[in-house]
Amino acid sequence: METLTKTQAIQGGEFLIRETEARDVFIPEEFSEEQRMMAQATQDFIDKEITPNIARMDSMEPGFMPALLDKAGALGLLGISVPEAYGGLGMSFNTSMLIADVIGSAGSFSTAYGAHTGIGTLPILYYGTEEQQQQYLPKLASGEWKACYCLTEPDAGSDANSGKTKAVLSEDGQYYKITGQKMWISNAGFADLFIVFARIENDKNLTAFIVEKSFGGITMNEEEKKMGIKGSSTRQVFFNDTPVPVENMLSSRGNGFKIAVNILNIGRIKLGAGVIGGCKETVTHSVRYANERRQFGVAISSFGAIKQKLATMATRIYATESACYRAGQDIEDRIQSLIDSGMPEAEAKLKGVEQFAIECAIMKVHASEVLDYCVDEGVQIYGGMGFSAEAPMERAYRDARISRIYEGTNEINRILLVGMTIKRAVKGEIDLMGPAMAVGKELTSIPDLNGKDTTGLLAKEKGVLKNLKKAILMVAGKAVQDFGAQLNDEQEILMSIADMMIEVYAAESALLRTEKLISMRGETDCQQQINMAKLYLYMAVDKIQAKGKEAIVSFAKGDEQKVMMMGLKRFTKFDAYNVKELRRSVADYLIEKNVYAF
Amino acid sequence: MKILVCITHVPDTTSKISFTDNNTKFNSNGVQYIIGPYDDYALARAVELKEQSGGSVTLLNVGGSETEPTLRKGLAIGADEAIRVNAEPTDAFFVAKQIAAVVKEGSYDLVLMGRESIDYNGGQVHGMVGELLNMPSVSPVMQLDLEGDTAKVAREIEGGKEYLELKLPLIAGCQEPIAEWKIPNMRGIMTARQKPLKVQEAVSDETMTSTLRYELPPPKSGVTLFQPDQIKELVDALKNEAKIL
Repeated sequence: METLTKTQAIQGGEFLIRETEARDVFIPEEFSEEQRMMAQATQDFIDKEITPNIARMDSMEPGFMPALLDKAGALGLLGISVPEAYGGLGMSFNTSMLIADVIGSAGSFSTAYGAHTGIGTLPILYYGTEEQQQQYLPKLASGEWKACYCLTEPDAGSDANSGKTKAVLSEDGQYYKITGQKMWISNAGFADLFIVFARIENDKNLTAFIVEKSFGGITMNEEEKKMGIKGSSTRQVFFNDTPVPVENMLSSRGNGFKIAVNILNIGRIKLGAGVIGGCKETVTHSVRYANERRQFGVAISSFGAIKQKLATMATRIYATESACYRAGQDIEDRIQSLIDSGMPEAEAKLKGVEQFAIECAIMKVHASEVLDYCVDEGVQIYGGMGFSAEAPMERAYRDARISRIYEGTNEINRILLVGMTIKRAVKGEIDLMGPAMAVGKELTSIPDLNGKDTTGLLAKEKGVLKNLKKAILMVAGKAVQDFGAQLNDEQEILMSIADMMIEVYAAESALLRTEKLISMRGETDCQQQINMAKLYLYMAVDKIQAKGKEAIVSFAKGDEQKVMMMGLKRFTKFDAYNVKELRRSVADYLIEKNVYAF
Repeated sequence: MKILVCITHVPDTTSKISFTDNNTKFNSNGVQYIIGPYDDYALARAVELKEQSGGSVTLLNVGGSETEPTLRKGLAIGADEAIRVNAEPTDAFFVAKQIAAVVKEGSYDLVLMGRESIDYNGGQVHGMVGELLNMPSVSPVMQLDLEGDTAKVAREIEGGKEYLELKLPLIAGCQEPIAEWKIPNMRGIMTARQKPLKVQEAVSDETMTSTLRYELPPPKSGVTLFQPDQIKELVDALKNEAKIL
């Protein structure tokens, strides 16, 4: 057993200014036998019930998806996060992430599962009264009832709080009448329960309600014709004077927007985990195809051009997975410490996630873009067959695309994560200003030519990472100084800073995971992980350099620009590796194993 | 009704098979292990029988401590307790001896196992246990129902099925479609750890065989396609290249 105590708990966003010890992060290799067995049972469920029936699912065979959810409910998969007192299993945050990760390879089912267990169930779990929880959670945890979440409207997408749906109190004060149009509602076609956001009178913020289908006044459009996740029910839902008892208001009047934001925080990191399974399956399919497909008399997996793709896919997955479970554990630890300090469990869970909202947004963006990269290269490795609907890549490619859109577009998330970081710095919750000023001083001083000790394993990489953080502090610090509150209007610069932050978090997570894994298994057994951590860092340096430059030339002028560009050069200095050889090594390992094997 | 289900701990069906020590030992490095698929059917039927008519299901495996996760998966699927005989399963006779001792000690009414393991595919253990205990042994069993102390069994035979009626106790080597294999549910997984897993030592170290070496089948060679108008060439190739005519 680990007897070392953790160093002082990290704050959300603090990774930018603080060095994290490898022993303080959780890595997927630490999942217990029980958690692994749960993941395997989930995989067995997919192999048995979904994979052989993909065509039935994606053609929306009537009743097929709800029946799948029923089966998932019988296995307990719908109650992972629901406490045992309400018929669930009360498992930890990272366990629920692990299950979402495995289900990520199940195409449309993954969306139906996320909509039901995440945005459909969690609002009641976190904001419901005891009566509401008693009434609804057991039904949702077992799958007897299916849930959906009605926030988006035709004119209120990213700007969710501008929704026009109204809730009007009846004359007798017994119920609200909800009227309005909701759009892109996953699971709408078969849902028994709707979490609905509506505005009371001219309130500034929305209010949330639990609406049962049986309340009446609910009609729907036909199923949307979509690019991907075709098996997931997506409809417009119309509420026409739907009577909702006043006791079905969720939380208090005007608190709906806050609920939406907080539930989305969870949804974002869950989506991050929820694409990992799909990413890994894409690599497995790709490497198998590359091993079987012969051209010029040899398997195409023997070509460097294919190896390069396989290795890069694996490297990106390795990084996103490392970051996702690292953030997941940070959230879990925070939740536990809040519970230990006497906070009620539901509130602690919300606060825990809220603390790491920056990391949640990072994971949503990074993981969904890793998935997109993987399916794109997957199609390419399959060549002509990648474009054919007979092979799995065509569906994977279409299914993946939505991940960059829902749970807040990746653009909104990028802007948010920088905004949140700056807000925390201004509030003094994390000390960005001190380190940013130190970096400013360093810029005008003579570089330390003595150098640091870089002889230890991964010591050089850690030094590089430290400098990358300085590059971010330099660019972000100067941008805040120059624009002040107007930085919000400079979305292009915010996006560049966001990309730099995302890359540092992912690269650091891959390094820390590798370092911890070496301490568990020894260096010899971690060669490919070492290679991938190095490869990811290489890519991150490149991107941080490019994005940093883009930001600097967008606002700094004259000598100031020159100094910053020199600073960027200094902070992204990197003695590159022979990346061709590193990639070949990773790819050869995958080719030999014939499966994503990390 | 006391049911004993014997399960094997075998490499996943997608494992790459290789050998070490001059081809005398299986290379288990990096191999994922599962419950033998035929044993999985036997276990699923045992759990169904218990649900129908009560009783208990005990799991048995002969193997080292590395097989315990496999036993715990069986417990998660619905068995009540597990026994691990702490020994390398060196050959069919050795394993049969261990099983026979457990059956005798526990007075089981029904002993189910897969028709064969999927690693060495001997398919001999059920027959040997029957002989050692002087109990009827049937394999491969595709259907098994109980009426009091009578078992009604359908067995696959060349080109058809054989229906049998036997008195308990009975040993059966099972295969599909005796039951649909079960996925452990999450609650089952959470409670598996609290179920008893007893470790006991082997009753005898007698083995009847020793392995000289293993050999992998030759890699698949390429395929030559012949068009319908190339009958002569086909016959030539079968005669001169394949040398089978």
